[in-house]
Amino acid sequence: MDHLSKLENQSIYILREAHNKFEHLAMLWSIGKDSTVLLWLARKAFFGHVPFPLVHIDTSYKIPSMIEYRDKLVLEWGLNLVVGRNEPVLQSGVTYPNGKATRVECCGTLKKDALKQVLDQHGFTGVIVGVRRDEEPTRAKERYFSPRDKHMEWNVEDQPPELWDQFKTDFEPGAHIRVHPLLHWTELNVWEYIERENIPMIPLYFSNEQGMRYRSLGCAPCTVPIRSNARTVRDIIEELRASRTPERAGRAQDKESEDAFEKLRRDGYM
Amino acid sequence: MKIVIVGHVDHGKSTLIGRLLHDSGSLPEGRVEQLRQAAARRRVPFEWANLMDSLQAERDQNISIETTQIWFHSAVREYVIIDAPGHKEFLKNMVTGAASADAALLLVDAHEGIQENSRRHAYLLHLLGIRQLVVLVNKMDLVRYDQEVHARIVSEYSQWLRSVGLVSLAFIPISAKEGDNLTSHSPSLPWWTGPTVMEALDSLKPHLAPESLPLRFVVQDVYRFDARRIIAGRIEAGSLKTGDRVFFSPGGKSSEVKSIERWASAPNSTAEAGESIGITLTEQIFVERGAIGAHVESPPYELTRLKARLFWMGRRPLQLRSPYRIKLAAQEAECEIERIERVLDASTLATVGTPGAVSKVDRHEVGEVIIRTRKPVAFDLAEEIVATGRFVIVDGLDVAGGGIVIPDAYPRIRHDTQQKSEHIYWTHGKVTTQQREIRNGHPGCILWLTGLSASGKSTIATELERQLFNRGNQVCVLDGDNVRHGLCSDLGFSPEDRTENIRRIGEVAKLLAGYGVICVTAFISPYRADRDLVRKIMPEGRFIEVYINAPIEICEARDPKGLYAKARSNQIKNFTGVSAPYEAPDRPELELRTDILGCEECVSSIIEFLNAFAEAWGSNAGRI
Repeated sequence: MDHLSKLENQSIYILREAHNKFEHLAMLWSIGKDSTVLLWLARKAFFGHVPFPLVHIDTSYKIPSMIEYRDKLVLEWGLNLVVGRNEPVLQSGVTYPNGKATRVECCGTLKKDALKQVLDQHGFTGVIVGVRRDEEPTRAKERYFSPRDKHMEWNVEDQPPELWDQFKTDFEPGAHIRVHPLLHWTELNVWEYIERENIPMIPLYFSNEQGMRYRSLGCAPCTVPIRSNARTVRDIIEELRASRTPERAGRAQDKESEDAFEKLRRDGYM
Repeated sequence: MKIVIVGHVDHGKSTLIGRLLHDSGSLPEGRVEQLRQAAARRRVPFEWANLMDSLQAERDQNISIETTQIWFHSAVREYVIIDAPGHKEFLKNMVTGAASADAALLLVDAHEGIQENSRRHAYLLHLLGIRQLVVLVNKMDLVRYDQEVHARIVSEYSQWLRSVGLVSLAFIPISAKEGDNLTSHSPSLPWWTGPTVMEALDSLKPHLAPESLPLRFVVQDVYRFDARRIIAGRIEAGSLKTGDRVFFSPGGKSSEVKSIERWASAPNSTAEAGESIGITLTEQIFVERGAIGAHVESPPYELTRLKARLFWMGRRPLQLRSPYRIKLAAQEAECEIERIERVLDASTLATVGTPGAVSKVDRHEVGEVIIRTRKPVAFDLAEEIVATGRFVIVDGLDVAGGGIVIPDAYPRIRHDTQQKSEHIYWTHGKVTTQQREIRNGHPGCILWLTGLSASGKSTIATELERQLFNRGNQVCVLDGDNVRHGLCSDLGFSPEDRTENIRRIGEVAKLLAGYGVICVTAFISPYRADRDLVRKIMPEGRFIEVYINAPIEICEARDPKGLYAKARSNQIKNFTGVSAPYEAPDRPELELRTDILGCEECVSSIIEFLNAFAEAWGSNAGRI
């Protein structure tokens, strides 16, 4: 069995475990490559169906073509989409782009709090997220099934043991779980799989007329494209094989302090 | 290839990884610079270990508390490096890191020598199923690259490894800090002619999915999509194809596989170990999450009692008679610890307390225990099929222990889970058949059941086995399908192949009888000459031919495997009674008419015969 099939089979196993164990389960879909691959894997796991709703956290600052692409796939694939927005904060205007909040504070309200609101509102007890260990050192510490307490906090010092594909599936009332079926994939694996499976990708990942492309997608004010001539999935794979620049180099919120991203994650950021 | 790096705290795991990543050119640009600057800001010396230990808490305490994974390439392949913490308090994290690895690098500090966790980790690696190991004797710079220090550690540590069942592929002297012997041979260690760390890594063999083992299809869920009932799961061992008859344990229902289901993949009527698939069945049988699908001839054990070696990670100790849950493959069952046979300190292998009189297994200890479950659980021995031979124990809400199923006297009989038996151990060495028989209280022999397909051989054989076993006799059954699966998998059904099939079975049965076992065989064995051959290789009176006689019309009406139907429609060639001859025995020791007698009566007749046989044999008559 080749390496992509191994990764795929493991992810399918995890998705099926999650679906079996959590009645109120949702999957986060950021429209980016990872969560779109995750969505594809869910269709593999459930034979073309997606038996749980998808949650998209819309900060209102997303790059506009992301929303168009999202709505197109929702129609084509018959998806059940729930959109989460932190309306009170958006109305109050305390956000980064207008200078009233720092980048980390802005992520905290528009993403993290918006997620918490949408989970509470719909009573989701589990949420499937497409994070990968190779993205960033904090994510490397994750489990496949990662519990969060009532306040969505992650206790990284005391995580459950996870061995032989036996996951923690019993919780105190009020706690909920993050499930990470892509944890063992690398950025390169994701693109190799997109190529193999011919998964439709948002055009922002491919080089435009100005020779720029996005390597990681986020909010327009905090995400910068990279210089690249990669116009196809194959080009991206070749580019990644030669590159030693980290994936999230274009994501400004990680750099506010040495442990900015870790703090965000402890508090419930994806 | 997944490599876990383990060892005692401070023996240099994180430094090794940082250095390996750097020396193999695998680091993202700017990462080392970023850490050098961070160290300078804090006015502390730059440490290679900081690459891995990037969480705030770790930087403060300077120890790895979690398991981290990092990717890098050698010239040969991609590696995932798992850094497992060496501190005892974080053993559950070490176990989490190591459980999924293909191989391990075990670091020992040359200066400090072998420490508690150097030993404990080796023991746990073995328990976790890791068999490929390379020991790195680190910090050679602190002992002036002294060959004798290295030799001493090699001698002492290899002895320990042997005692826990491991062999190291090499004991490479290195200095992670200085980069000695990592990617190239170091001039500081001219006496070392073995591999560098990178060469040793490239020589490891990737973990292979166990396709050659018997099928184990673990059912995760049953979906009803598009008006179809799809049984979803993963093949943990063996392979499966459409048309196979699959037997589900616990429960014991079986059906033919109608289709193998995948989405957005090329159609393929076979599936192999490692694949997450779905299947549909031809028959409407009840199958639920947790069931293990196997081929009919090689099912797992299905019992409410199993013996295990487990390591405990729980906050509270593991105690007798407390309620726990066991999770094995996708099964979950309430359970309790019936007996703790012994408890080991995994860092010394010393037995804790008095064997048989301990009532708990403390955190970080290893125990050999008997687990009793509230409902039957299907399982295998870890040494035979690892994925269905290991489990975790849940205490309250938490996974608190992990264990492997170890050999015991498990009968391969369904629903017979109440009996208590003496443990049966093989004796090796200078022991004669006679000595064995005296101890067993009965002679060893072959009970050769012969008859048409569906005449009742296997039914009688397995029930006879159960009854004899419950009486404390040494008994085993050699069954047609099982033998065809392994020992005789190269043989077909031509007259030559049938003869060879019987010859091999005869030899195996003879060996078993020589060990004092009552060996019951259940084969059609249609040719008189073949059966007589087996009779000839056995001592006088030790070959008991039992003719299981039922008219072919009755056998054909029973046809539990649908074989006669297939033979009549010419889907099976050379089928005994239809398209190949059956030669009934001339003078069988026993003849049982299964069209007249029930299974119980047949078994009683055989036991009666055996009683007479044992009496004639002499001592301890009546044990059968």
